[in-house]
Amino acid sequence: MKLTLKIWRQKDANDKGRFVTYQVDDVSPDMSFLEMLDVLNESLIHKGEDPVAFDHDCREGICGMCSLFINGKPHGPEQTTTCQLHMRSFKDGDTIVIEPWRAKPFPVVKDLVVDRSAFDRIIQAGGYISVNTGSAQDANNIPIPKDKASEAFDAATCIGCGACVAACKNASAMLFVAAKVSHLALLPQGDPERAIRVSKMVAQMDAEGFGACTNTGACEAECPKGISVKNIARLNREFLRAKFIEEVDKPLEELAEGK
Amino acid sequence: MSTVATDIKLDAKIPEGPLAEKWEKHKFNIKLVNPANKRKYDIIVVGTGLAGASAAATLAELGYNVKAFCFQDSPRRAHSIAAQGGINAAKNYQGDGDSIFRLFYDTIKGGDYRSREANVYRLAQVSVNIIDQAVAQGVPFAREYGGLLANRSFGGAQVSRTFYAKGQTGQQLLLGAYSALMRQVAAGKVQLFPRTELLDVVLVDGKARGIVARNLITGKIESHSAHAVVLATGGYGNVFYLSTNAMGSNGSAAWRAYKKGALFANPCFTQIHPTCIPVSGHYQSKLTLMSESLRNDGRVWVPKTVEDAEKIRRGELNPNDLPEDRRDYYLERKYPSFGNLVPRDVASRNAKYVCDEGRGVGPTGLAVFLDFRDAIKRDGRAVIEAKYGNLFDMYMRITGENPYEVPMKIYPAVHYTMGGLWVDYNLMTTIPGLYAIGECNFSDHGANRLGASALMQGLADGYFILPYTIGDYLARMPYDKVPTTHPAFKDAEREVENRIKKLLSINGKRTVDEFHRELGKIMWDYCGMSRNAEGLTKAREMVVKLREEFWSDLKMVGVNEEFNQTLEKALRVADFFELAELMIIDALHRNESCGGHFREEYQTPDGEALRNDEEYAYVAAWQYTGDGNEPVLHKEPLVFENVKLTQRSYK
Ligand SMILES: Cc1cc2nc3c(=O)[nH]c(=O)nc-3n(C[C@H](O)[C@H](O)[C@H](O)COP(=O)(O)OP(=O)(O)OC[C@H]3O[C@@H](n4cnc5c(N)ncnc54)[C@H](O)[C@@H]3O)c2cc1C
Ligand code: SF4
Ligand code: FES
Repeated sequence: MKLTLKIWRQKDANDKGRFVTYQVDDVSPDMSFLEMLDVLNESLIHKGEDPVAFDHDCREGICGMCSLFINGKPHGPEQTTTCQLHMRSFKDGDTIVIEPWRAKPFPVVKDLVVDRSAFDRIIQAGGYISVNTGSAQDANNIPIPKDKASEAFDAATCIGCGACVAACKNASAMLFVAAKVSHLALLPQGDPERAIRVSKMVAQMDAEGFGACTNTGACEAECPKGISVKNIARLNREFLRAKFIEEVDKPLEELAEGK
Repeated sequence: MSTVATDIKLDAKIPEGPLAEKWEKHKFNIKLVNPANKRKYDIIVVGTGLAGASAAATLAELGYNVKAFCFQDSPRRAHSIAAQGGINAAKNYQGDGDSIFRLFYDTIKGGDYRSREANVYRLAQVSVNIIDQAVAQGVPFAREYGGLLANRSFGGAQVSRTFYAKGQTGQQLLLGAYSALMRQVAAGKVQLFPRTELLDVVLVDGKARGIVARNLITGKIESHSAHAVVLATGGYGNVFYLSTNAMGSNGSAAWRAYKKGALFANPCFTQIHPTCIPVSGHYQSKLTLMSESLRNDGRVWVPKTVEDAEKIRRGELNPNDLPEDRRDYYLERKYPSFGNLVPRDVASRNAKYVCDEGRGVGPTGLAVFLDFRDAIKRDGRAVIEAKYGNLFDMYMRITGENPYEVPMKIYPAVHYTMGGLWVDYNLMTTIPGLYAIGECNFSDHGANRLGASALMQGLADGYFILPYTIGDYLARMPYDKVPTTHPAFKDAEREVENRIKKLLSINGKRTVDEFHRELGKIMWDYCGMSRNAEGLTKAREMVVKLREEFWSDLKMVGVNEEFNQTLEKALRVADFFELAELMIIDALHRNESCGGHFREEYQTPDGEALRNDEEYAYVAAWQYTGDGNEPVLHKEPLVFENVKLTQRSYK
């Protein structure tokens, strides 16, 4: 196949950035999308030009490192990660527009690479269960119903790629946050910190500048792991519950200190 | 002439006493750092995979100040995330006769008797704590209807001791360790350095006191000082270019430690996984693992004749139309009692043999069929779909072929490296204060790793072993910090800067990937699934020659002071070139076959691996003595007091 690529090039965070057009010939339908970009980059290096920077690592759809906004869709036309997208999803002669995730909390590092450390900071705010190494009881002491465990697992499969944010016109991170809140709220082990966790994670999400959720569902449609918007409903419930506890019970600070 | 002292006495520091009591006794005997004094010590942890994240979090919980490094944009993306099948633990929840001793025994035997008894026993002991810890963190393992944890048997084990979370066990365990790490970042006890790559280890007065790293966004070369350094940087399977490892996985940290004096053990022990999706073309960047479980129902075959294989390759013959008597189910034929379920190394080697004979299938001729036709006929499509649906979907996505209708094509691929930095019982390398944990040490798997045991080892090292043993070292260390203005740091920075300058100034014609691909092919052809002295000798010359070409004909772009992925790759591949040679030297010296190391000259009359316990029951630990000098071999004899050495047989 022969393809025309319009790729966003931006030297660094301060550069304004622009589209540059490239032609690639000899694209095999069996190539992955990233392998197609590898081939382009090899030819650029041979010409002494700067190759296109893009993030990737596992190339198996699990690390969440790859991104790319392809023809207006995060991770391209199929509901999978860009590294698992193959060129047989395109036709000879196609023009493909490739951009980075566009969201204020994800500033561009270079070309198609963005900084997603905001996600790490949201997890730091409370996306964990406070249990020191060595202090755990026997794993089978608390049985967990199979369906509960599966539901928690489904939420826990979020790969932190950020496609939900890129898909959302408000750049909301609700699906990502909801996935973690749900995962931990569904498990008995996560129960003691439920209220403080959701409050702090949502506060951090707002502080990072992610937008509000207006229930358009674009996130779920583009999530490569099929994280359900049901989790957002659960997040809202958890958040209200936390607010309620905050008002009738004791200040959150005290909760945090385990008082 | 080498000026390095080579009269090292390797001391594994294995505690005295009966096997089952060694670890408890050792924990009691080692020195402790007073809780109030822990905050006076800084520890660098390089790598945030299962080993690194669990270690960094636990050390911080104990009160040490930790700096954690990884080259990805987030610690959660370390290669451990990709592990699929599961994690072993001797919980015996199924009451099927498992025990710590059985897990220990299986691991020693599976490793073909090339690992240390004391370490492996300890691994089996702490395996049970890992599951408790992970569940407490919220790792959603598979469960039974009654709400208790589910187990499966994995990789031919006779008991069900593998815990799993669908096909995403590594992801869930890593996210657990990552969450513990994030909690410590929030607590101010861990400082995170993502997109930062270690380029050298810094020694002061012979002790590891820090690292030099490159900020991958700005290119800035930065020094970091500490009281101890922990490497948790994973395996070096990518020396072969194509492997199941993530694209960025590399051997550089371990290699830099080696060049600073740490011994490198058993570098030639690599594991080749039999069921991966075959290479589809020259542009191929990595190989995808298909779970081993597929061999429970799929039948492996190739055509009996080269002519039929050629027709299938050219697309003139549909494999489904090839009559039964023209097919060779070679594993069932050669190993009637184990059939398609022979261990990884045996399955891999036999696939290579039939392809070498010209009977391989697929466009490149480097593939064999894994056929579900009979299983579908026997059990119905629904049953097969319930078992393997997600794997079949993944296969379909990658190859565009439907395995329910045409036989799946598979081929072996490099998967794991058992070799790595030599460490003693405390997980310390031969450099005082430098520790190695997880896949980057040579550790517990001997010459062959059992399925679901790498996750176990990484977390055992990180959660339960290193945090104790490092205290024994630190308790003897003064609190004083070494400033990064110390000449040792400045020298290391200068050396790194010169290495980068040298790479960037080569104005040649071939790209890093072209060189890496070529290096990988040499290693795969001569130091892969089966090896012989003649091939290895030739391969060494080829690697040395190609390395010279790399340093004179490399085509580079850009500068250091920017986000430069070409430079990142070049630095890693430069180290792979050196590591490759050591792997060959090691493979050549080991005149026996064991586990993943199959030397064609040493096989039983029926073509199975032939160990030589008299002469080779030792760990081969290599010492760097300067560029261009031969490395020096140190032997750590392996003493087996609790198991009897036997020959594996799968007939
Ligand atoms: C596809 C696949 C499936 C697998 N499935 C299983 C399974 O089911 N069960 C099982 O037990 N094992 C499995 N394994 C093996 C297992 O996943 C690995 O051995 C294990 O995860 C390694 O963990 P680690 O913590 O040692 O290193 P890694 O997870 O590889 O982490 C390495 C870390 O080091 C960092 N790093 C590396 N070099 C540098 C540097 N120079 N500077 C800074 N940082 C650096 C990286 O950023 C990363 O954070 C599988 C492996 C593969 C490839
Ligand atoms: S919710 Fe889906 S789209 Fe969003 S980060 Fe997680 S996996 Fe990616
Ligand atoms: S590269 Fe890991 S998910 Fe795409």
